[in-house]
Amino acid sequence: MPGKLKAKIVAGRHLPVMDRASDLTDAFVEVKFGNTTFKTDVYPKSLNPQWNSEWFKFEVDDEDLQDEPLQITVLDHDTYSANDAIGKVYIDIDPLLSSEAATVISGWFPIYDTIHGIRGEINVLVKVDLFNDLNRFRQSSCGVKFFCTTSIPRCYRAALVHGFVEELVVNEDPEYQWIDRIRTPRASNEARQRLISLMSGELQRKIGLKVLEMGGNAVVGYLQCFDLEGESGLVVRAIGTACTLDKLIPGSEIKEPVFSEDPTHPLSVPPTPLRTLPSSSSPPPFSPSKLCSRQSSSSDTDLSLTPKMGMGSGISVGKEAGPLKTLLRQQAQSALEQREFPFFTLTCFPPGFLVHIGGVVSARSVKLLDRIHNPDEPETRDAWWEEIRQEIKSHAKALGCHAVVGYSESTTICEEVCILSASGTAAMLNPRFMREGSVCVYSRFDDASPPSCGFCHIPYDEFNMPFPAQLTYCYHCRRQKVPDVLFTTIDLPAEAAVTGKGCLIQARLCRTKKKAQGEVNATAISNLLPFMEYELHTQLMNKLKLRCMNALFGLRIQISVGENMLLGLASATGVYLSALPAPGGIQIAGKTPSDLSYDQHISTMQKRINDTIAMNKELYNIHPPECIEEVVGSPIPDRQRSRLFRSTSESSDELSELDLSHGKKDAFVLEVCYALLRCLSIYLSLSPGFYSCNTEVMPGIYNWTSGLQMFTSVRVYRLNNANLTNQGLNKIFTDLCENLLKSLYFKLRSMIPCCLCHLNFTVAVPEEELIQVRRHTPKNTSPILFIFPINILVRVKEIKLCVFVCFPGSGENEEQLQFSMELCGESTSSNNQPTAKPSVSSVDYGSFADRCSTWLELLRLKAHTIRRGSVKTTSSSERCSPLPEVRSRSLRSTRSLPCGAPVTVVKMTPLSFLPRTRIVKYLGIINMFFIRETTSLREEGGVSGFLHSFIAEVFAMVRAHVAALGGNAVVSYSMKECVFMENPNKNQAQCLINVSGDAVIFVRESDQEAIPPLITCGQTSTTGADGTT
Amino acid sequence: MQIRYAVFTPILCRTQRFNCAINNTRLQMLFTQTVPGAIYLLATVSPRLDRYITLVKAYKMSMELDVFVGNTTIMDMEVYQLWLDGLTVSDAVKVRMDEGALLECEANPEVLTSDTMDQFRTFQMCERLLHSPTKLGSQLLYQIPAQNQIILIERYYEFDSVFAREVLGKKLSKGTKKDLDDISCKTGITLKSCRRQFDNFKRVFKVVEELKGPLVENIQRHFLLSDTLARDYAAIVFFANSRFETGKRKLQYLSFQDFAFCAGQLISYWTIGAMDSMMEDMDVDLEKEFLNELKDLKVLVNDKDMMDQHKILVCAALRGKIKVYKLMEVNFKNLSRALVNLASKLTHTKDVRDLFIDLVEKFIEPCRYDRWTVAEITLFLTHYTNAAHCLGTFRHQMIWDRYMGVIKSSQCSPLLHLSLIKVNYLSPTPSISSVSPPVNILNELNTFLICKL
Repeated sequence: MPGKLKAKIVAGRHLPVMDRASDLTDAFVEVKFGNTTFKTDVYPKSLNPQWNSEWFKFEVDDEDLQDEPLQITVLDHDTYSANDAIGKVYIDIDPLLSSEAATVISGWFPIYDTIHGIRGEINVLVKVDLFNDLNRFRQSSCGVKFFCTTSIPRCYRAALVHGFVEELVVNEDPEYQWIDRIRTPRASNEARQRLISLMSGELQRKIGLKVLEMGGNAVVGYLQCFDLEGESGLVVRAIGTACTLDKLIPGSEIKEPVFSEDPTHPLSVPPTPLRTLPSSSSPPPFSPSKLCSRQSSSSDTDLSLTPKMGMGSGISVGKEAGPLKTLLRQQAQSALEQREFPFFTLTCFPPGFLVHIGGVVSARSVKLLDRIHNPDEPETRDAWWEEIRQEIKSHAKALGCHAVVGYSESTTICEEVCILSASGTAAMLNPRFMREGSVCVYSRFDDASPPSCGFCHIPYDEFNMPFPAQLTYCYHCRRQKVPDVLFTTIDLPAEAAVTGKGCLIQARLCRTKKKAQGEVNATAISNLLPFMEYELHTQLMNKLKLRCMNALFGLRIQISVGENMLLGLASATGVYLSALPAPGGIQIAGKTPSDLSYDQHISTMQKRINDTIAMNKELYNIHPPECIEEVVGSPIPDRQRSRLFRSTSESSDELSELDLSHGKKDAFVLEVCYALLRCLSIYLSLSPGFYSCNTEVMPGIYNWTSGLQMFTSVRVYRLNNANLTNQGLNKIFTDLCENLLKSLYFKLRSMIPCCLCHLNFTVAVPEEELIQVRRHTPKNTSPILFIFPINILVRVKEIKLCVFVCFPGSGENEEQLQFSMELCGESTSSNNQPTAKPSVSSVDYGSFADRCSTWLELLRLKAHTIRRGSVKTTSSSERCSPLPEVRSRSLRSTRSLPCGAPVTVVKMTPLSFLPRTRIVKYLGIINMFFIRETTSLREEGGVSGFLHSFIAEVFAMVRAHVAALGGNAVVSYSMKECVFMENPNKNQAQCLINVSGDAVIFVRESDQEAIPPLITCGQTSTTGADGTT
Repeated sequence: MQIRYAVFTPILCRTQRFNCAINNTRLQMLFTQTVPGAIYLLATVSPRLDRYITLVKAYKMSMELDVFVGNTTIMDMEVYQLWLDGLTVSDAVKVRMDEGALLECEANPEVLTSDTMDQFRTFQMCERLLHSPTKLGSQLLYQIPAQNQIILIERYYEFDSVFAREVLGKKLSKGTKKDLDDISCKTGITLKSCRRQFDNFKRVFKVVEELKGPLVENIQRHFLLSDTLARDYAAIVFFANSRFETGKRKLQYLSFQDFAFCAGQLISYWTIGAMDSMMEDMDVDLEKEFLNELKDLKVLVNDKDMMDQHKILVCAALRGKIKVYKLMEVNFKNLSRALVNLASKLTHTKDVRDLFIDLVEKFIEPCRYDRWTVAEITLFLTHYTNAAHCLGTFRHQMIWDRYMGVIKSSQCSPLLHLSLIKVNYLSPTPSISSVSPPVNILNELNTFLICKL
């Protein structure tokens, strides 16, 4: 009995009218935890009831505390009939269980109903008294901290990184139980919400246990997913990285501390001058491992098929690096081999953690779903994932790496076919960080590979490469070999040297497929998959070259299955790594050189491509240093040098090689060119001032403002033409994505210059009708079941998008600067917090000036509303000084928010940090699941209106929870799941959304200098006035 | 098959046509180049107007759902104005195109439509909250920066004075609401916008009607409006409550602002709150007792001696100061009688309602007939009022001052001043002229297109 949960219901406001006669409501509240329920008194005839209940106390196991949510139901008392439910609030009390997180939950929560949405708000106070339980065999894992953030959280430091933890829980989906035939949609939705909440609680507890077993105290990069497998059940699975985190003492912001406790370990041998060739480390010859799933489906081992990335190895060359490397490898391997899966879900690492990066490894497998018979023993699902992870591991080995970083797993389900995918980046890690790494090799490897380029160096053996690739000497240190291109799933390491700016690169692909059932379908899909991956890869490669870049970060390939098509979408951020060689150009190889007109066509195409590359170079500011001269004296073998010298003329060679390696056919080349030209034209027409990337930070841009906006955008398209060709589909799909980006740019045009970071595209191809039918049959007796879909519904979801407002470097021209100023004004005025720091004088100046101009703007707006002209405004505009205006504005703003405490502004961002701020405290993980259903779709503004309000409601609930925990921001926010089903004929729609993130408290960097916030407004305005005059 | 069309209107002004022509060619290029999967027909109809009509036909794929939600609700205030003006999405897109929105960020019509739809949807969802502005600050659903909230509210409650003029003094009931389409036709304001404005009036009226204390402050407290806007609303509420007749032909020359000014005067002189701010009652109603006491003023015209004395005093003061002195001397008795009779009649509700029309008929028109200038009227009224104080036997000074305070200042108001001049030259309904011709033309075109297709 180690916990006492206390809850108090304080008040409600804005309740809906439940009694039509009096236009009022007699509300009371039920508070439920586990099987215990308490009730408040009925507060009669009010829309703003004040219950002020006593403390409701629940005495419960901490196991329950972790699993169960606190369930608050607001009802309308009815004397004669059953009480009507107004709505519910689920409060996850997990954050209260950790001593370092929040201590109390207190605040206004939106009352949510799955049919009506948000209906008023309720003020609740929740506390937990926890008694420590030191029982070794306990089932709970209170106190283990969870972070969605895929890097070491800002106010902690990693003492140890233990490694991969995973867990999976299955259950029957209440939506498909027999009881769903008789209960109301509301009851069924609530059962589902509750079940999922329970399951994710259980999952967290189990993972927490594993972490404790490993000796850790936190899970970083916690990634939880739902697989709605329909009739075969509901799977909730999670992966993460177990760590031991130490809290940093606030104030001392040493990010990099520490690791090896024991510098004089026997293994830290002084570098031997022996030139030993690697023995144990040489990777085993890679054999395409074929996974056979239950139904003859194959996972594609893409690495064997596609040249994922260029590589090479330089073990034999480095003077001392060779033996050291070997040692290192042995060490790390021994450290990691004890682990089943040396995987890390992190994408951002402490400096020195990553030693080398091999490349992207991924595995997919196609499975047929069947009913989960015994929910307590989810062996099949476990086995499936096990297989995939094994494969990933072996891929990593083939690349000469012992670990996989930036690891993630996903599924896509279409009827009974399920594709499981896992991907990550093979890497060599510094063993200092592992537990066993306390057996640590403490030597100065970093000398061998300078930090800014070390991670680019190949980890595998040059003579034993798993695939053909070109190797050159590192352009940075000139000592080790680097591949010509590098693909990774992680974020750009902070220490990496980058030339120019980065940009978002996407490959999009559509493949038609015959409609089929069961096994046949699965086979067809698994046969298509390798080709899709190959083509996506080619597209990425070409687009990368077109942008004149040589590395991809944050690569995410998503393949989704529809009934008669497969969609592939790969997004990544391209950058030019200074350490890697300059990419060559692209050349078109024609098949029929005899044809003159064709030749001409080809040559014009070629010219356009070359022009584009040149323009992109300008656009992304890529001016690779001409490093040829200095080469002369450097200890590079002749062979290599000659290669280097050829770097400018090399393009043609490389192209031919590229062509060879792809074994191009004529049509293919043209198609590629078409796609290239398209993207080229679009990117060129892109308005200046917009940057986009899908990683956390935009490479090459460092001046962030604190103005930050997060958006979610969802789009659904219907294809009217059922028999489209592959190419037609491709074109349409590409257009969709481009258009989406375009419309984002348009919407955000007022924020220019800005950067869209962490752009995360998700696509799905749902079989609308089928899902509909299944969902609604229980409520509909007529068996008009299989309405064959005449239309294919392509659903392009684009979620989790964070917009940053950024300054282009201060070296930009005047006009640009002007723009940026406007921006800063915008962001500051919206925050009501002057953020500009006096250190960056030029920028600041402008921002002040601009703030004045925004005030003037505001004034003008006001003046617009004024008819007869009030004394106040006229006088102030006459004087032309911003001061009185400020005052009047502040007066007005105070007037405008009369009702007690104003709502706390909660920022949300998919990034793990907020620019120009400091995260002071992590308050706990936010993991929420909502269902919304409507039976009056048209009245709610159609599908768009329905989804719009639902997403807004989800945001509101997330914000309310964070505010109640005492936080003011959500970082690493992500919308994991957004399943939308509709049936316009029946006027119905249903949507499921799962969101997660970390609640934090942040302070602005400028706040730390103790300026009384009230006065600042006036002060800055005076400075601004001075600045303008 | 889905057929969409878009109309681009080059602005008829000659200097701008050149620019627009460029825009148009640019637009066409954008159309044909960047919108995929669509066939475009370019046709020029009604060459007289030189309008391009682009038909967008045969979409291969249609957007089913398009949603864009931000954590902080972003609102484009220009689009907000279009929404408030009651435009449909397609009309709003047209207006934005004309304003050159397409030139920003290389947008195409599709993008613009999607953006407009999103914005309109956002506003529609916020509308519920705008009905009780105090809620907007405390609600959790939308995170809107405080200064945006102020603008949202202020703009939502703003109204067209042309429209307000039409509704002024009418009962804010369902019946009036049904007549809104007539007003819409007459004023050129869209029906949707009319409805919003009407509902705003009604909402404010309902909330404030029963409240105690100063009217303007009540409105400000409950609707968070700026001072000026609150004053205008106070006028509307006051007129709606007392139901003053304002629709008569003879009163057409008076604008909303004129009446609003008068309302302000009435509130500050003739209501209970005017005399005693601590009184329990409110500003909305005229003080019954005061209106009854106005009867006592009759003595000024009934008592022959007093009237003569009054005349002598006024004449003495005005001699040589006004041009129309002669006429004034002749007409003094008539004018005085008119004003005093007006006062004594105000016990009846009917006569209260006709206050303005009576004032115009009995006093202003005779003056205008005699070609008085505004300054002269002002001077006359000042001395007329003051002279009564010197009458030894006249005992109702307080009432007299309250009464004449309104009459005097109403006449003095700079706006009335203008309208007195205006009345000589302008047609009785100056408001109609504000109907913008482009709207008509667009409607015409639309109907034409619909017929064609």
